[in-house]
Amino acid sequence: MLQERIPDLSKCVEPDRVRREVYTDPEIFELEMRRIHEQVWIYCGHESQVPNPGDYYSVQVGRQPMLMVRGADGTISVLYNRCPHRGNMMCGDRHGNAGEFFRCSYHAWTFQHDGRLRSIPMMESGYAGTRYGRDNPDCSMKRAARVESYRGFVFASLAKAGPTLAEFLGASRVAFDDMCDRAPAGEVAIVPNCFRVIQHSNWKIFLENQLDALHPSVVHQSTGRAAHEVEKQIEKRTGRAPLSYHMLSAFATVTIDKWDNFQTLNYPYGHCILTGYMGLRPKDPDTLAYEKVMQKAYGKKRTEEILAVNIHHVLIYPGLSVQSPLQQLRAVRPLGVDRTLTEIWHFRLKGAPEPIYRRSLAYYNLVNSPATLINADDLENFWKCHQGLASDGGDWVSFGRHYGRDIEKDGRVETAANCGTSEAPMRNQMKAWAQYMQA
Amino acid sequence: MKTQHAVEQFLYRQAELLDSKQWQAWIDLFAADGIYWMPPEPSHKTWEGMPAIFAEDRNLMDVRMKRVLHPDAWSQRPLWETNHVVSNVIVEKELRNGDVEVRSRFHMMELRRDDVRHFAGSYRHHLKKTRDGYRIKLQRVDMTNAQAAYDYVLQVWV
Repeated sequence: MLQERIPDLSKCVEPDRVRREVYTDPEIFELEMRRIHEQVWIYCGHESQVPNPGDYYSVQVGRQPMLMVRGADGTISVLYNRCPHRGNMMCGDRHGNAGEFFRCSYHAWTFQHDGRLRSIPMMESGYAGTRYGRDNPDCSMKRAARVESYRGFVFASLAKAGPTLAEFLGASRVAFDDMCDRAPAGEVAIVPNCFRVIQHSNWKIFLENQLDALHPSVVHQSTGRAAHEVEKQIEKRTGRAPLSYHMLSAFATVTIDKWDNFQTLNYPYGHCILTGYMGLRPKDPDTLAYEKVMQKAYGKKRTEEILAVNIHHVLIYPGLSVQSPLQQLRAVRPLGVDRTLTEIWHFRLKGAPEPIYRRSLAYYNLVNSPATLINADDLENFWKCHQGLASDGGDWVSFGRHYGRDIEKDGRVETAANCGTSEAPMRNQMKAWAQYMQA
Repeated sequence: MKTQHAVEQFLYRQAELLDSKQWQAWIDLFAADGIYWMPPEPSHKTWEGMPAIFAEDRNLMDVRMKRVLHPDAWSQRPLWETNHVVSNVIVEKELRNGDVEVRSRFHMMELRRDDVRHFAGSYRHHLKKTRDGYRIKLQRVDMTNAQAAYDYVLQVWV
């Protein structure tokens, strides 16, 4: 029993280090699912994934298989993917259209898109005088306790009480504002393709890597160097290399010391931001044409404000990683203590010229596809990390880089100047973890 | 019959170059404007402007090769080997200039560290006839596994 082995979970987390069991203990994992993932707001999907009535997408919230579904009146519900009759899963595919109603494949109970029981075969003769029927809420598909969306991004919480989505997101909502504001039409549309990659490591190892500014020049040197070499060859031949080469070569040309120039911003509930921009505002004709369209939509002043937002990465704890300037989104679905699924999407800026979309697409294909030139080395490290933590070679994971130099200000923790490689984001995530787990 | 034989030999040689990790020789099978393309699903009609698992011209192939050969390509450190079997070769079209369109099927077994993975699917080659033999204008790879979740990722061409 966990209680006997680790009587006090709070002793597993110190401000600058964490016990290894936090990553490897199956019972701690179960508790995390109950106290974190099945309580807080978890990203389900974007509204444009389910454009028509009856469209549904399956999504995992904590350990729960759920369905995000569009109703005839346009509202989006999140339901447990389970028939209340005998417990059959309602939809066995990843996405589809339910038609006018859900129909269970086992005994043909049917349900409205919002989960309400619609009919049971021979309901009168079969259930007269019993407790079963439309008046009994237990005969409807169970709904997520709360569903809210922000700028088209749908979240569900399986807990009745808790902060609203807006309160929960706080400053991290800049992930969605930055993405949508960069669209001349003020919104984004999902590109209907999801790359899914399984990592053999604990879910927190992935999250901690996202804002780890020390790792890119160590881990991604091979691709950075290779891309830089080819980029120079192309420049020599044609004068200009496509921007996608710069996105890759930056992993080598932004050297290890330069990453300290960036900054991390750390917020309540474990959310964090890494600033820095990877030089994505060049002065080429495509960018200038896009800026013109933006100015027409927003005016000069507002356009400048929007394009000046300086974000590399936003982490919305405990399961969402967003690179807003490139419209990339990765949702983290823990499958087990040592198995984690990432679902990787990208978005189109509505109203932006095609070449701007192609940048987002290039990053999606080169960095985030299953043939990734970047993430492969991360995954190798995640696996090694989990293997090492499972050993008795040491008890602690250290997050001590630039510890003691964090600055608390306006309800957030900033890293001091030239501390971009600080492990403050990991400290912040574990601080939130400890608070959730104590509840 | 002559074309069938020549095309089969070409496909076998391409598979052999992958399995023996002769990356430059493999890249050199592509025409100067050749493309290697693996769509994420069979309905895709073009690689341009679409999400793709691979959509690489020779420049990007060069990046991938240089990366794989870099001593600090961490994912390449563990032992890994592949074995391709190419079969069901059908010459779909042969133009007067000798260019051909070919369909085939493949099975690929990969050993990575201590794990075996299995991939399979179909190739569609657009081959250009040159004085030095065939060169690939477009190789489309529809991998049956492409739509499933990836246990780890792909590192080189399939």
